[in-house]
Amino acid sequence: MSARDPDELTIPPDGRPTAQQPRWRRDFPIDVPQDQYVARREFSKFLVLTSFAFVVGQIWILAKSLLGRRPAFTGTPVARIDELAVGSFRQFEYPGPGEPKLLVRLSEHEVVAFDQRCTHLSCPVHPQVERGLFHCPCHKGSFDLATGRPLSGPPRRPLPRVDLELRDGVVWAVGVTERTS
Amino acid sequence: MPVPADHHFYLDLARCIGCNACVQACTECDTHKGVSMIQLDFVDRSRSTQTVPVVCMHCDQPTCAEVCPADAIKRTEDGVVQTAHKARCIACNNCVLACPFGVPKMHDTASLMMKCDMCYDRTSRGLKPMCASVCPSQALFFGTHEEIETLRPASRAIDNFRFGAQVVSTRVRMLVPRTFAEPLLAISAPLERAASAEPADPLLANLYQENDA
Repeated sequence: MSARDPDELTIPPDGRPTAQQPRWRRDFPIDVPQDQYVARREFSKFLVLTSFAFVVGQIWILAKSLLGRRPAFTGTPVARIDELAVGSFRQFEYPGPGEPKLLVRLSEHEVVAFDQRCTHLSCPVHPQVERGLFHCPCHKGSFDLATGRPLSGPPRRPLPRVDLELRDGVVWAVGVTERTS
Repeated sequence: MPVPADHHFYLDLARCIGCNACVQACTECDTHKGVSMIQLDFVDRSRSTQTVPVVCMHCDQPTCAEVCPADAIKRTEDGVVQTAHKARCIACNNCVLACPFGVPKMHDTASLMMKCDMCYDRTSRGLKPMCASVCPSQALFFGTHEEIETLRPASRAIDNFRFGAQVVSTRVRMLVPRTFAEPLLAISAPLERAASAEPADPLLANLYQENDA
């Protein structure tokens, strides 16, 4: 019986020294210190590659924002103004399908339209005209009916606004303005 | 904190009285509540009441880790072979089949091999393993070499075992009588003798006849 060296490696079954062992033994060591050991070279490699991934990500974001601009909006007729009573609303999809918007007639001369997706987690907001707000039931967020600005709850950004035009008694959607504050 | 290098687990199998206290104590451990990592085996129930507590021997060349295809069984720097890494174990049973001492057990509900880790949560803080702290006959003993020399002057500790062609050295030590002169304990020797010689045991004789027929 001999006193054991605490740093001693597990002896492979054939008893030969570590240098003569197959490569996989060094890659998959049985001892915890060797299994958890991170060499300086490995650590630097990790740092460099991670930084490189961050740089690539930043470039990708930049390229996406420069190149990936959405094409100019085309106008779409939404509703006839005389079909929309004061205090009523209508849902429509603009600029494409799957992008729900809400058209609200606030008064005789005032019609607004906003994105229906809450700026918090994209739950659909519901207009509550009598209370003058859009209500999001998911986390009790609310937005101002006239401006789309957040009033309460988790949302911090206003609802994207749809630019409207009135042409011969028909309300046309002609663009979407995203706002950050 | 590692298990102190001068503290060893000593098995004195002849002192085991089969009381199952170690099994019960192991079951009560918080790290594997309700599951015992120690088992009590009968040597030859038809002839003797002798029982043997089976704990992990913590081999220097752990066969369980050697055969693990998922790199899940690791040995800490203090020589303790740990339970399979939960995230790595694929429940393939290789270790269960390969261990010469029959220690690892597969827990199918958790799909995890769990084995005795010498109560790592206790021994790494200077406490005795659960089983060694309750054993009334001290068949399971955890302490220093000096302590065991004083307590068992007629015994000596052995940490080399032979299973056929495989020789295993272990961290856990087994006490054998001082009159036993062999440097290592050949566990498989009786089986080898029985296979080569005419079996004296009538049960074994029947077995061989069946095989021949």
